[in-house]
Amino acid sequence: MAKGDPGVTTRGRRAAPRSKRAASAAPGNPELVQLLTPEGERIETAFGPDGTEYRVDFTDEEYRGLYRDLVLVRKLDAEATALQRQGELGLWASLLGQEAAQVGSGRALRSQDMAFPTYREHGVLYCRGIDPIMPLGLFRGVNQGGWDPNEFKFNMYTIVIGAQTLHATGYAMGIHMDGKTGTEDGEAVIAYFGDGATSQGDVNEAFVWASVFNSPLVFFCQNNQYAISEPLERQTRVPLYQRAGGFGFPGVRVDGNDVLASYAVTRHALDNARLGQGPSLIEAYTYRMGAHTTSDDPTRYRIASEVEAWQAKDPIARMKAFLEKQKIADADFFADLDEQARAESVHLRERVLAMPDPEPVTMFDHVYPNGSPELDEQRARFSRYMESFEGSAH
Amino acid sequence: MSGVSRIKEFNLPDLGEGLAEGEILAWLVKVGDMIELNQPIVEVETAKAAVEIPAKWAGQVRSIFHPAGSTIEVGTPIIAIDTDPGAGPIEESTTGTPSADLPTPSAASLAAVEVAPSEGAVEPGLIGGPAPGGRTAVLVGYGPRTTAAKRRPRKAGVPAQATTAPAAPATAPAPVPVPTAPVVAAPANGNGHGGTRTAGPVLAKPPVRKLARDLGVDLAALTGSGPLGSITREDVQRAASGTVTAAEPLTAVAATTAAASFGADREQRIPVKGVRKLTAENMSRSAFTAPHVTEFLTVDVTRATKALDRLRGRREWRDVRVSPLLLVAKAVLLAARRHPMVNSTWAGDEIVVKDYVNLGIAAATERGLIVPNIKDAGRLSLRELADAMTDLVQTAKAGRTSPAAMSGGTLTITNVGVFGVDTGTPILPPGESAILAFGAVREMPWVHKGKVRPRQVTTLGLSFDHRIIDGELGSKFLRDIGDFLTDPEAALLAWT
Repeated sequence: MAKGDPGVTTRGRRAAPRSKRAASAAPGNPELVQLLTPEGERIETAFGPDGTEYRVDFTDEEYRGLYRDLVLVRKLDAEATALQRQGELGLWASLLGQEAAQVGSGRALRSQDMAFPTYREHGVLYCRGIDPIMPLGLFRGVNQGGWDPNEFKFNMYTIVIGAQTLHATGYAMGIHMDGKTGTEDGEAVIAYFGDGATSQGDVNEAFVWASVFNSPLVFFCQNNQYAISEPLERQTRVPLYQRAGGFGFPGVRVDGNDVLASYAVTRHALDNARLGQGPSLIEAYTYRMGAHTTSDDPTRYRIASEVEAWQAKDPIARMKAFLEKQKIADADFFADLDEQARAESVHLRERVLAMPDPEPVTMFDHVYPNGSPELDEQRARFSRYMESFEGSAH
Repeated sequence: MSGVSRIKEFNLPDLGEGLAEGEILAWLVKVGDMIELNQPIVEVETAKAAVEIPAKWAGQVRSIFHPAGSTIEVGTPIIAIDTDPGAGPIEESTTGTPSADLPTPSAASLAAVEVAPSEGAVEPGLIGGPAPGGRTAVLVGYGPRTTAAKRRPRKAGVPAQATTAPAAPATAPAPVPVPTAPVVAAPANGNGHGGTRTAGPVLAKPPVRKLARDLGVDLAALTGSGPLGSITREDVQRAASGTVTAAEPLTAVAATTAAASFGADREQRIPVKGVRKLTAENMSRSAFTAPHVTEFLTVDVTRATKALDRLRGRREWRDVRVSPLLLVAKAVLLAARRHPMVNSTWAGDEIVVKDYVNLGIAAATERGLIVPNIKDAGRLSLRELADAMTDLVQTAKAGRTSPAAMSGGTLTITNVGVFGVDTGTPILPPGESAILAFGAVREMPWVHKGKVRPRQVTTLGLSFDHRIIDGELGSKFLRDIGDFLTDPEAALLAWT
C-alpha cells in the first residue's frame, strides 16, 4: 500500500475501497498489525486496514506470563519432536516459530469461548489448560485424542484440512440461535486453520455460512507460508486477509510472531463476535521454522536464507529483548524459567514413556455408542483369538 | 547395578510413517563420548527426509554397530549407551575398550530380529502381532513388517476357532445376545493355527486369485497353507513352477569354498531398489516390447565446434554454459520438425504423433541414471534451450529433479561421450520412438577437401522403434542431425 493511504495512517477513518488495496498489495508484502518489533521495541498503538485501533495494557506479571507460555510451549514441542525421532511417537507436527500466534490468540480466549484447532495448536491447547500429555497419546497411537471438548472448550484435533472450520461455523450458528451472544459476557468461537486450508472448499463454505448467518466466529489463519511444500504464492494472488472482504466480513493481518499484537487483534475480533457483530478473519503472518511434520524434509523445497530471515523475527527472542530492556524480568527469572521448562519436558517424557498400550480389544469400544450385534460378535471372536496365546490374561 | 540393564541399545525407529529402512549419513558421536539426553547423535536419511536423531538416554557411547553409509532396517540396534558410566566397569570380556571395530549387538536383540515369520504365525504388523519395542500392534500396518518378527507362542490345546462361543469377556458391553453364526470348525494342528479347509468355496485373496489366473493355476486343485487353509501366493507359485524345491546337498560346494574362496565372502549383494529398480524395469520393458534398430553416423564437427566458440565470444552469451550437447539438442529438434513421425508413441492400435517435443537428457547422478526432459523444447530459442539444459543438469546433480520433470518425455539424447566412449546402442525410454547417443568428440584423421587433416569427429548412434520408424525415415532423421552438426549455419539457413 502506498504511503499516506488514509486507510492505514488516519485514525478512525474508513479504509480506501478494498479493490484499490488489493491491486497494490502483493501476498508476500504484509501490512502487519504490530505492537512489538523484532528488535523488542514496543509500538503503543497499531491500526487495522479499516482503521481499528489496537493496543494492549498488560501488567509486568502478565508480560512475564506470556513469555513463560512461549518458552514452555516451545520446549514441550521440541521434546515431542525428539520423542518422535527416538521412536516413541509415530508422528509429530511441530509448532516451532508459531508460538506467538498461538499463545497470543489462546490467551485472548475467555473461558466461555470455544476453540476448534487443527493438529498443530499445541500452544492454544496449553493456554486452554489442557495437560500437554493429551495430544501425545494420539500421536503415540495409544488413544484417540483424549480430552473432553466440552470440558475444556477446545475441540479434538482435526487432521482433515479445513474441516474444523465447518464444525466451528455450525457451533457458532448454534450458540447464536441459542441467544448466547449480544452481551459483553456472550460466547464466541475461534476456528484455527492454515494458509493451505484457505484453498479448501470447506473453508470457503464456512466463510459463506458464517457471514450470511452473522455467526460469532473468528477465523484465525496462521499463515506459516507453506502448505507442506507448497509456498503461499500457490495458494493466493491477494493477501489472505483480503479474502474476507469478498465474503462480507472484515479481515486483518497481524504479525503472528508478535504475541502482543496477536492477543490484541484476537481479543478485539472475539469481542465483536460475542457482541453479535458477526465473523472476522485474522491472518497471523508467521513462519513454520520446522518441518510440516516429522515425516517431512523442508530443505528440499525452501532455501536456508529464507529460514534465516525469519529466524531474525523470532517471537521469543523479541519478547525477551523487550522484557530485558524494560527491566520487567531479570536474569533469575530467565534462569528459573529455563529450569522449569527443562523439568516439565523431562516430566512429559517420563509420562509419555509410561503411557500404557491399549488392549487390542478396546478398538471395538467406540465404533457405536451402544454397540451392535455384529460388532459384539466380532469382539467376542477377537477376544477368543487373543486368549489363544500363551501369556494372555485368561 | 548389573551391566545388562545399564547398557541400553537404541534401535533405529520408523522416522516417517511406515518406512522400512534408513541410511546412516554420519555419526555425530564416537565410542567413549559422554552424551546428554536429546543430544543429536546420528544423521539418518530415509526415503522421506534426512534427520538428526537425538539421544534417548544420557550416558557414555559404548558401541556403534553400523558405520556411516550403511542402510539399516528399522528396528535394528545402531548404538549402545552406558547410562551409568560412573558406576564402574562392567564385568564382561569386551568391557570398556573403545575400538574402531564394529561390535555386534547383544544376542537378545539379534534373536529378535532373525526369526522369520512362519506361515500361519501372527505376523508383525497385524493386529495382535508384535510391534517394535515389544509392544503389541493395535493398528493394521503398524510398524515395519520385517523386523523383530518373533512369533507369539500359542497356548497348547486351545482351538484357534471354537465352534461355540464362550462367555463374552468383561470388556464387552454384554446384554446383546451373540447370534450363533456358522463358524467353520478348524481344530488346532501342529503349528497351532488355522488347520485345513473342509468345505465351502476356495479361500484366497484377490491378488492371489489374479496371480493364479495369470499363471493358469486351478485354485480348487491346491491345498492352502495359509490361515484357515487359504491359498497363499507361495502356494500358487509352487504349483506353477511344478516343483517343490528340495534341499540340495551342500557338501561339494562347501568343500570348494574351503579350498579357494569364490563364495559369499567375496561377493557383494546390492538390494535392487529406488532409481536402480525403476531403471531396470523401464529398460527391460522397453527392450522386450519395442523392436530396436540402431544406426550409426560419424560426422566432422569441426565447423560446429568453431561456431560454438564464436557463440561464446558474444556479449549476450557470456554467462551461458555452451557445450556441444547444446548443438546436438538443436540438431535433434530441427530434424524432428522435418520428420515428425520420429516424435511419436506406439499405442497398440494407433500411433500418437506429437506436435511438441519434450526433449529428454539422460543424466548420471549420484542416485543413478535419470532422464529429466525439457518441456516443449522445440519452441525454445537456442538461448532458452541453453538455459533450460543448464538448469536441468544442475537440478539433476543436486538430486532435486521433480517427478514431473521426468515424465512425459518424447525424444531423448544420451551423452555417453562424457564418459569417453565413441557411441552406443541406447535403449528407448518407454513410450518414446527414438533416442540418440552422442559419443565423444575426438581429434581424428579425416579427409577434408581432398586431404587427410586432423579434424574434430564424433559418432552418433540412433536407436528407433522399428514398428513406427522404417529404415528410410530413421536414416533421414540421423542424416539431418549429422548435416546440422557438420555445418550448422548452412542447415539453419536451409531449414528455417
